[in-house]
Amino acid sequence: MSQWVINGIRAGIKTTAYPAKPETAAGVTPGLPVGGDYPANNVNSLISLCPTRVFSDSDGQIIVDRRRCIHCYRCVRGVERPVNWEQSYEWGTVRDGQHEFGQPFERSIHICVVDAGDCGACLNEVKQLNNPYYNMHRLGFFITPTPRHADVLLVVGPVTDHMKFALKKVYDAMPAPKRVVAVGACALTGGVFAESFVCAKGVRDVLPVDVEVPGNPAPPLAILHGLLVATGRKAPAMKDADPTNLHE
Amino acid sequence: MNRPELKEQIAQRWPGQVQCRSESASLCELACARAALPELCARLFLEWNFSFAGLIVEEGASEWQLRYAFYGEGDAGWVHVLVTAPLAEKTFPSIVKFVHAADWHEREAEDLFGIHFEGHPRLGDFILHDDAWQENVEPMRRHFDAREAMRHRKPDEDWRPHRIVQEPGAFVMPVGPKFSGVTESVHFLLETVGEDVIRSTPRLFYKWRAIEKMAEDKTADEVLLLAERFAATTAFAHGLAFCQAVETICGANLPLRAKILRVFLAELERLRQHAGAIQEICESTALAVANAHAGICEEELLRISCELTGHRYLFGLLALGGLLCDLPDDACAKALEKSQKVLTQLNRLEKQLRVSSSFLDRLEEVGIVPERTAMVYGLLGPIARASGVVRDLRRAQPYSGYENLQFDVPGEQEGDGYARLRILFAEARQSVRIMEQAAAALQSGSVREPLQLRAGAALGWVEAPRGGAFHWVRLDEKGKVARYRIVPPSFANWHGFHLSVEKFAFQDFPIMLSTFNLSVAENDR
Ligand code: SF4
Repeated sequence: MSQWVINGIRAGIKTTAYPAKPETAAGVTPGLPVGGDYPANNVNSLISLCPTRVFSDSDGQIIVDRRRCIHCYRCVRGVERPVNWEQSYEWGTVRDGQHEFGQPFERSIHICVVDAGDCGACLNEVKQLNNPYYNMHRLGFFITPTPRHADVLLVVGPVTDHMKFALKKVYDAMPAPKRVVAVGACALTGGVFAESFVCAKGVRDVLPVDVEVPGNPAPPLAILHGLLVATGRKAPAMKDADPTNLHE
Repeated sequence: MNRPELKEQIAQRWPGQVQCRSESASLCELACARAALPELCARLFLEWNFSFAGLIVEEGASEWQLRYAFYGEGDAGWVHVLVTAPLAEKTFPSIVKFVHAADWHEREAEDLFGIHFEGHPRLGDFILHDDAWQENVEPMRRHFDAREAMRHRKPDEDWRPHRIVQEPGAFVMPVGPKFSGVTESVHFLLETVGEDVIRSTPRLFYKWRAIEKMAEDKTADEVLLLAERFAATTAFAHGLAFCQAVETICGANLPLRAKILRVFLAELERLRQHAGAIQEICESTALAVANAHAGICEEELLRISCELTGHRYLFGLLALGGLLCDLPDDACAKALEKSQKVLTQLNRLEKQLRVSSSFLDRLEEVGIVPERTAMVYGLLGPIARASGVVRDLRRAQPYSGYENLQFDVPGEQEGDGYARLRILFAEARQSVRIMEQAAAALQSGSVREPLQLRAGAALGWVEAPRGGAFHWVRLDEKGKVARYRIVPPSFANWHGFHLSVEKFAFQDFPIMLSTFNLSVAENDR
């Protein structure tokens, strides 16, 4: 018994300082491509390299739709003029309409997690939020198995046909006020799986979405940021472009 | 059994009915008459010590081709049994009576191609749930348009699950698809007559994304994105199996450095996945401190992976013909050094768990799978090795240079939850041992060989962290994928999962589930 205590103390404090201070450790995020000014011939080559149409051209400027990036690195690795890359993680953006709960929810919320067909990675990153490195309990975030107790519905995966019905039922069973946080490229756009006879183009095909967290998978810190945005404790990331106008 | 012996036996038993169609050093293709199929498969599987890799159904222009893939140790190599029939004939003999491992393969083919298997005890309601899909939808047929958007069907309120326990007072407890905290979507029918659960039947494929169908008519490079992403906790292993299949078709000769780096990354992924599996076992027994320690190990390995490659789950590294980018030697050395430190933590954790009686009480003699059953069900990976079926593709049919590396394949006999946990720790040590050898063997050179895509078909296989993964790829003349068949290890292990959950107390269910180390995404592909 005492050995557990000793080893616990020996492990030291691992928990990140985020959100009080930025996290600077290596390996916490895969990063995302950055838009802006690029030489003219580079713009077209980058657009043609990306399999999920992340880039578009607006008067010679590259616009990045971060929601679509699946981290395939075709625009960086093995190419002559790679795209610029940033190691950020505050990626949560606000989707439709009102996203904040208002004051009563600023401290503690309960989260119901639904896997709507993810590949296992986004879910694994959500799971990491409970390990000592992220320890989301300290911020008042708790996972609840039942929708009846939940304030936030966190959805991962592109929403498969078989999960659509279950997902709607969970949402309907949640008391108001409620918010939906969609996590990962698949939950936002369907990712590599959409659109098909068994797969929707993300959560918005089924439910209204309040906060979106890009990434494939979204790293734990990005998910944490998304939850902080939902509770009004962090400002949402700037939208690079309004993706609705681009491809839909 | 080696090749000449095999051919002699076959010539004696089935003269004229079974013919050797083509042969290479590692693969022997046997064209088999339909009548002889069950018995030939039975001999291979039950007597001649071959393992069943999978059933691959292909719809040609005018005929069906069913390919039953088997593999043995070393010289025995691969044996593919082929049966063909005109498209109009959709009935084949079932081999399930002898090769129980083929059970779900036949159910899947029935559901998706509309092929009937004579003698199979239970077909229907499998991938396409009967309460949501009308009959006669055959999505894997060539003429089926997968891009057509989702049809809005109504759930059938009258549908009732298949029940096995018929005692008075028996009832079914449905669990899922949304259950517990952070879990993948799967449904369980727990049949019970009170406190004890008599039987539990998993109902899967809530997450079915039809990857095999979506891959058709895409370029090989596009399909690689799918192969990496359909079960991303073991992304590298599946990506590697796909690449190896395409590289076999094209007769690629990979640069040594690419092979070694692939091994290094594959073992890093195994180490991370095993740490994650250990964490889940600790969590399921509600041992909070051990859970935290294992969670630290997993997160550290994720960070090591990201620091080395840019991505926590090793996306975007594999390329057809090698790797998309090189990794510097010193970065590999640094990743190795950090991994060794994590291993020390894991070893310490194991030592402590071994003397924590409250923990052991919940794992020992829980969810026992005997050796014979594990073999008959064709269980794979750490689960099978914990039950005494000690077969590992890295040893049995080596790829990517594993034949030159020194490592042990750990095995246990008990087949209970504790044996499965011990295997995970032992394999983690072997992974670091392999990484050490790989890092020491790195020599400068290129990491990619340009591929000339050509028509053909081949099987790629790897020992993924959860067990053997088999990817069958057929390319057409334009270099597009005509057929992609994935047989992931979780497909075999989910099939056997109900074995470990018979006659138990309800509170042990999460423990049994976690020791089986199953991935739903992998199974549901
Ligand atoms: S990493 Fe891949 S998906 Fe993301 S922007 Fe680059 S090419 Fe597009």
